[in-house]
Amino acid sequence: MSFVSQFKSLASAKTRDLRHRSVIRTALRSYEVVRDKRKAAFQSWESARQAAAETKWEAINHLDEHLVALTAKLEARGTKVHWASNGAQAREIIAQILRDKKARCIIKSKAMTSEEIHLNDALEKEGFTVVESDLGEFIVQLRHEPPYHIVFPSMHLTRGEIKDLFQKELGDAPSDSPEELTMVARRVMRQKYITADVGFTGGNFAIAETGMISITENEGNARLTAALPKTMITLMGIEKVLPRFSDLALFLPMLATAGAGQPMTCYNTMYSGPRQPGESDGPEEWHVVLLDNRRTELLADAEQRDSLHCIRCGACLNVCPIFRNVGGHTYGTTYSGPVGAVITPHLRGLQEWKHLSNASSLCGACTEACPVKIDLHHHLLQNRRNASAGQPSFFEKLAYMIFGIVANEPAFWSLAKKIGWLTQPLQRAVKGSALDPAKAWTKTRDLPPQPLESFKDWWRNRK
Amino acid sequence: MTVTLFIPCFIDALFPRAGISMVEILERLGHTVVCPPEIACCGQPPFNSGYWDEARTIAAPVLEKLKDAEAVVIGSGSCGAMVKKFYPELFKNTPHAELAKQVAARTWEFSDFLVSKLGVTDLGAKFPHKVTFHDGCHGLRELGIKTAPRALLGNVGGLEFVEMKEESCCGFGGTFSAKFPMISTAMGEVKCAAATETGADFIVSNDSSCLMHIQGLLSRQGSPLKTIHLAEVLNQR
Repeated sequence: MSFVSQFKSLASAKTRDLRHRSVIRTALRSYEVVRDKRKAAFQSWESARQAAAETKWEAINHLDEHLVALTAKLEARGTKVHWASNGAQAREIIAQILRDKKARCIIKSKAMTSEEIHLNDALEKEGFTVVESDLGEFIVQLRHEPPYHIVFPSMHLTRGEIKDLFQKELGDAPSDSPEELTMVARRVMRQKYITADVGFTGGNFAIAETGMISITENEGNARLTAALPKTMITLMGIEKVLPRFSDLALFLPMLATAGAGQPMTCYNTMYSGPRQPGESDGPEEWHVVLLDNRRTELLADAEQRDSLHCIRCGACLNVCPIFRNVGGHTYGTTYSGPVGAVITPHLRGLQEWKHLSNASSLCGACTEACPVKIDLHHHLLQNRRNASAGQPSFFEKLAYMIFGIVANEPAFWSLAKKIGWLTQPLQRAVKGSALDPAKAWTKTRDLPPQPLESFKDWWRNRK
Repeated sequence: MTVTLFIPCFIDALFPRAGISMVEILERLGHTVVCPPEIACCGQPPFNSGYWDEARTIAAPVLEKLKDAEAVVIGSGSCGAMVKKFYPELFKNTPHAELAKQVAARTWEFSDFLVSKLGVTDLGAKFPHKVTFHDGCHGLRELGIKTAPRALLGNVGGLEFVEMKEESCCGFGGTFSAKFPMISTAMGEVKCAAATETGADFIVSNDSSCLMHIQGLLSRQGSPLKTIHLAEVLNQR
């Protein structure tokens, strides 16, 4: 099945699933309340957005320099930096480190880049055991499904469903209270931290000035992942660079506010290297894998370069009426929602993924929500333009050419209206059926009755 | 002032009373209204679908017709956004680039024109009903129009105004509503539920296309809730 038919078929099912609609709405309603409270705590949220956008603009437009500076600083403290042009290279680099270390078990904290390169599948195929330590990721891993949302991986599940899942997969679920369920997951995970040979993390920000990688989390799982195993591997996209350490003063609270409605996430850690001589803990080796995977192609597109500003906060998903109705899994992409619809055509092929840019009412709620001011909904328009220019649909193009002729000639326009008026009874007779040319509309919606006298008729008659 | 009224294709064919109300209101305020009969559409359907050449075929003659207009008033936030915000984008690096910018600067959405340009908020209208207001996304986010319609409704005699709890798109989105009807319908259902929850008798909007979508769903559901264009409310005496 093509990506577009798959999308349409899943969307048809999800949009009719009222239980899904209600679960997501309830989850996001509590998010909206805390987010607005936290936004109000900024002296000016709009100025903060502007400052963040400018900082990211600076970072992305000088990405080459910042990446060189970052690498030099990281290497100076003994970190091994790897460059991966694509997913296959990144997977191989990581697998090779695991082979060299004769590792068996890998504990992971949350990393969307690892989803992007389908790392878990590749590692499991080689016989490695991979355990997700973020609670939401742990839950979706038990269900053998990808994360539903880039920040809240299991937001589509109720407590009851998680309880049943734990009972089935772990044989332990005393109740559906979040605290008790967390304790169950924690008991499983604590053993894994101790036995894991390698800890794997993502990264939220990379600071060029100081050679640090900043990881944001709420559960402490990333700290344990980074601290306990002897080897640490971090995978991140090259666009995560910020120029200065002081930029975190803005970006950490901004990410927490936009992403989860928190003033700050519970744990923010800056990693600057493996264990140094004289230090008592931390990994003996640290490998940082910097992933391109067609980000440089996005960088080459001056019109949409700002989509590399994305800090993966998920704010655009949360406000998107499309996302809220079709759900995260329907997209079939690592990055869903508006930002996914913008970047996936660049990362995975415009013609194969243009339907995501078409599946939007262009309401602009995403652009309004984006903390780094990515012009998201206008990029959807540009993707549509580029897709139509590259591979126009014969019928659509013909329809618009005819529409143009009708719209530009008052006599034709007037005739079209008369035909519309005359065929109304016919249209009503076949309403919503296979014979109805307007069935895409009339299956669920009535058409307005068309009056005999149009505005233009009235205007002409009164003069 | 001579006002060039741009009547969108939707209003012309399906909702003429909204357009008639705009003419009557503007004339009552003492302005001369002209309405170029050759203009049918702003070109938004092909533009939004990515067919920019076809959009320019429609939009270029529109620009020519509006060249000498003192003020262009459009009875839809969506078509207003097309002319004001997207024409300069559509005609960038074409011979019409400069004209597109000039026309954009003289173009107003109807409610914004009344309030921001003319400084009028009280039209002496009476509409003794409970109403809620739907912000069309283009008017709201491309043009930033939120307070003008509310200021106008605030002065309508007998009108009880109530906001919906949730601000959300009605799901119309032009060709989106036919290309992805299941998503469009779901979004519309959310909107209708929010409007119904207010207990209002009417959903008012400055965009007939959104209202067409909302009314289409309400009629199918058999809901007593009705939709009406802002201009029609403001023209009730």
